Amino acid sequence: MNKSLLTVDNLTIGFPNTHQTLTHVVRNVSMQVQAGARIGIVGESGCGKSTLAQALLGAIRGSGVRVDGTVTYAGESIFALPADRLQRLRGAEIALVPQNAGQSLAPHHTVFQQIAEVLDIHLRVRGDEAWRRTVALLTEMRVHNPEHVARRYPHQLSGGQQQRVALAMALAGQPKVLVLDEPTTGLDVTTQAALLALLNDLTHDARMAMVLVSHDLGIIAHTCQHIVVMYAGEIVETGHTEQVFRQPHHPYTQGLIAAMPQITTARLPHAMPGQVWSGASSQQCAFRERCAWAQPMCATAPVLEFVETTHAVRCHRWQDVLTARAECDQAEESHQAHLTPKQDDAIPVLELRQVSASYQQPAWRWWVRTPAKLVVTQVDIAVHRGQTCAVVGESGSGKSTLARVVTGLHQPLHGGVYLAQDLLSTEVSRRHQAERRRIQLVFQNPDLSLNPQHTVSEILYRPQAVFFGRTRAEAHPHTVAMLQHMRLDESYLARLPRQLSGGEKQRVAIARAFLADPEVVVCDEVVSALDVSVQAALLRLLVEIQQLRGTAYLFISHDLAVVRAIAHTVVVLFAGQVCEQGPTESVFARPSHPYTMMLLSAVLTVPQRDFQSPLVHHLDAGAVSAGGCPLRQRCPIALPQKCADVEPPWQQSAEGHVFRCHHSPQVLAEYRNQLFLPATERSMP
Amino acid sequence: MQADTPLRATYPKWKHRFSLSAWAGIVLLLLHLLMALCAPWLAPYSPTAIDPDGAYQSPSFTHVFGTDRYGRDIFSRVMYGGQVALVISVISAVLSVLIGGALGIGVAFVGGFIDETIMRVIDAMISIPSILLLLVIVTGLGTGTAVIIFAMVLSYMPGVVRVIRATALEYVPRDFVLAARMRGERARHIVWVELWPNVLEVVLVEFAMRASWIVLAVSGLSFLGFGVNPPTPDWGLMVNENRAVLVLSPWGTIFPMIAVATLVVSLNVVSDEIARMFGVDRGVRR
Repeated sequence: MNKSLLTVDNLTIGFPNTHQTLTHVVRNVSMQVQAGARIGIVGESGCGKSTLAQALLGAIRGSGVRVDGTVTYAGESIFALPADRLQRLRGAEIALVPQNAGQSLAPHHTVFQQIAEVLDIHLRVRGDEAWRRTVALLTEMRVHNPEHVARRYPHQLSGGQQQRVALAMALAGQPKVLVLDEPTTGLDVTTQAALLALLNDLTHDARMAMVLVSHDLGIIAHTCQHIVVMYAGEIVETGHTEQVFRQPHHPYTQGLIAAMPQITTARLPHAMPGQVWSGASSQQCAFRERCAWAQPMCATAPVLEFVETTHAVRCHRWQDVLTARAECDQAEESHQAHLTPKQDDAIPVLELRQVSASYQQPAWRWWVRTPAKLVVTQVDIAVHRGQTCAVVGESGSGKSTLARVVTGLHQPLHGGVYLAQDLLSTEVSRRHQAERRRIQLVFQNPDLSLNPQHTVSEILYRPQAVFFGRTRAEAHPHTVAMLQHMRLDESYLARLPRQLSGGEKQRVAIARAFLADPEVVVCDEVVSALDVSVQAALLRLLVEIQQLRGTAYLFISHDLAVVRAIAHTVVVLFAGQVCEQGPTESVFARPSHPYTMMLLSAVLTVPQRDFQSPLVHHLDAGAVSAGGCPLRQRCPIALPQKCADVEPPWQQSAEGHVFRCHHSPQVLAEYRNQLFLPATERSMP
Repeated sequence: MQADTPLRATYPKWKHRFSLSAWAGIVLLLLHLLMALCAPWLAPYSPTAIDPDGAYQSPSFTHVFGTDRYGRDIFSRVMYGGQVALVISVISAVLSVLIGGALGIGVAFVGGFIDETIMRVIDAMISIPSILLLLVIVTGLGTGTAVIIFAMVLSYMPGVVRVIRATALEYVPRDFVLAARMRGERARHIVWVELWPNVLEVVLVEFAMRASWIVLAVSGLSFLGFGVNPPTPDWGLMVNENRAVLVLSPWGTIFPMIAVATLVVSLNVVSDEIARMFGVDRGVRR
């Protein structure tokens, strides 16, 4: 092993809190970053990952913050460096790609100005040479048309491009250590796959070390050699990625892995109870409250124990945990029970027929009015009682517009929404009260969907008053029963949304929808903003209620693994057009449309038993093409003439789902085999 | 979820710690209110009682603030003057904040053509210098308390509309408003139950701020002779009446000025404190 480039030694960071004490966000963390190493730091939100990442650059500021321990770079303590040395170190030696690149780029500087500033400060490169290097960097980041992009402002770029620009900026100073904080959050799966492939290549070539902070185990598993699992500010497990995933020793690591939905099997992920308590003390095991293995001895703090030379775990009972896991594996239950429909009603409870929708400026703003561009084109969807129909697609594919059309918040251009064969009005205010009650919507972000000034009791009372005319006294037992169903107790009634955690807020939002006793619930990305363990709990909850009440879900999501876990049927949207639709099982097992294949191949899952080398597939977001097949610019097997001119026809696959493509099923099957070659036969780039 | 999981730190508003300057402001404001409300009992003389022999007296034990050119007791007149200032400014501020607030939330919620039209009219009203607008109204409609209040509301309401509309616009596109629409709630419910509690904090800050500006504007108008009619004690009027003898007997000017200044400062300090209490970011004041 090489000499360590960056060494973190017994680092503890405490932030002052309202009780005049310190909340230790990072506790006794020691780690080493060797040249060329790829280290992943993983954990739920509130585990101190980002704070640790910032500490690597010596960027811990604020009054009353207490930092113990050291971060050493090339033999010098970073915290002891004078400001000018520190500035030269940042960017030239250690660079950070901050979370949410779009917000970290200066909005009134062009891409070139921002990168040139880094070049000027760290390499003394100016003028034409700076321009040349900027374009070279952007080219290296696989930005399309780099000269054009360099002259743009950040807001004129897509999320993926912004992320690449931020990466180019971080790499401009030719750092030896690159720290990435959640680099792919908010990006589409295909964009994410492309970006991670790029990162892989960069660290291969440049012998640059990389520290990647993420909540997503899939990303870490596919990009990093070494993994650090953090819980409540402590390292609970660390080791080679392969070791940790093959044999997770710590209950928390196991819980995280079990909470990840799998693309390969239709099982519901396992939830972990509770949430991260950042105020945990070092006196006891921080995970104790949530741990199924907790025993009295866990009241003393466990130490980081080496189980192999490179694999360490902080748990008193890791041996017991490990043996039990082996037994549990054999008894793996079949989790597909929830996906077998009880009875197949012939009449779908919700039906969309030939729905097209567009966004347009209102008529009175004639001076900015442009012709309508379709965001949803001729979509047919049928959802049956007690079933879940998932709509998947990248951002901008028209998923959310569909949700708005169904709920009457957006008027479609053509087509109609039918509730049990009755045509609904396109405008929610013109629907009957009963129709409004029967279709409920759960929004993506509970911070926006719950009124910050209303208590939980108020939020849950209102739908009952409107739909059932209940008084507060009459509504109370219903409210409490629903809260209990959501695993929340009566004490939550008096709380305001800001006093709830993210998962609790979403539970309240779901409770509000179900208090109307709906037949159809439209779920718009309901679990995307949540940590995996919370996400798993909510998915289970949704399935439970569905089985109890026979509610139909229109489940809108960009996460294919989640869709696999809970959906009976799936609709794949690209640029507002349906590419492929049918039973989830058959679509996911044998996708027929090239776009579905691309999406599926870009999903990064956590390898469970057989550890595969990462699937590196170069996909990139390109322009959506008008006329013909919308996918043709991104499709690797597009026919030059036919795909551009003729709209692809509907075809039926052997497995019983339908798709739209010019290619024959044989050609598509061949392409599929090529794409999903077993890992052993695929050569790494 | 465990019961012992600590909630995220919340700062209950009623546990707010007032700063020293805030306390000073509150005490000053209460003092002003007390003086104005209790003037009939506390004032040593009638504010309109003329004493031709005792004109232009300096402060003494009999006349604490001295007397003016008609020998009227300045202390009593300052006390009664506070009544006029407070009544006019509180009524005008309440009206402009209520009307402006309702209009602001309304147009933010309705949006579209109506919003656009009303806001352009509001822009036009804001572009007229307020003192000019006040003078035009007062010269057109004559003086008197009702006219002054009308003028104040007309010149300060547009600013309130803008601020409240901007605040409401932050909440209108939020999903809870959509959720209310999907329940089939009436516009009235959405505006008053869903949106109003969210803008209330800004409304309170606006109220305190506008009140202090209106105090200044009312005094300014009276000083120019467009305010309340002469025998009525009023601070601006008092300053104006004493203008000619400023060097000989400054008392008739100094004390009403101190009254105006302390009232405005106390209102400013209190409005700042309300803003800080609710965490409303008001930015730089104009």
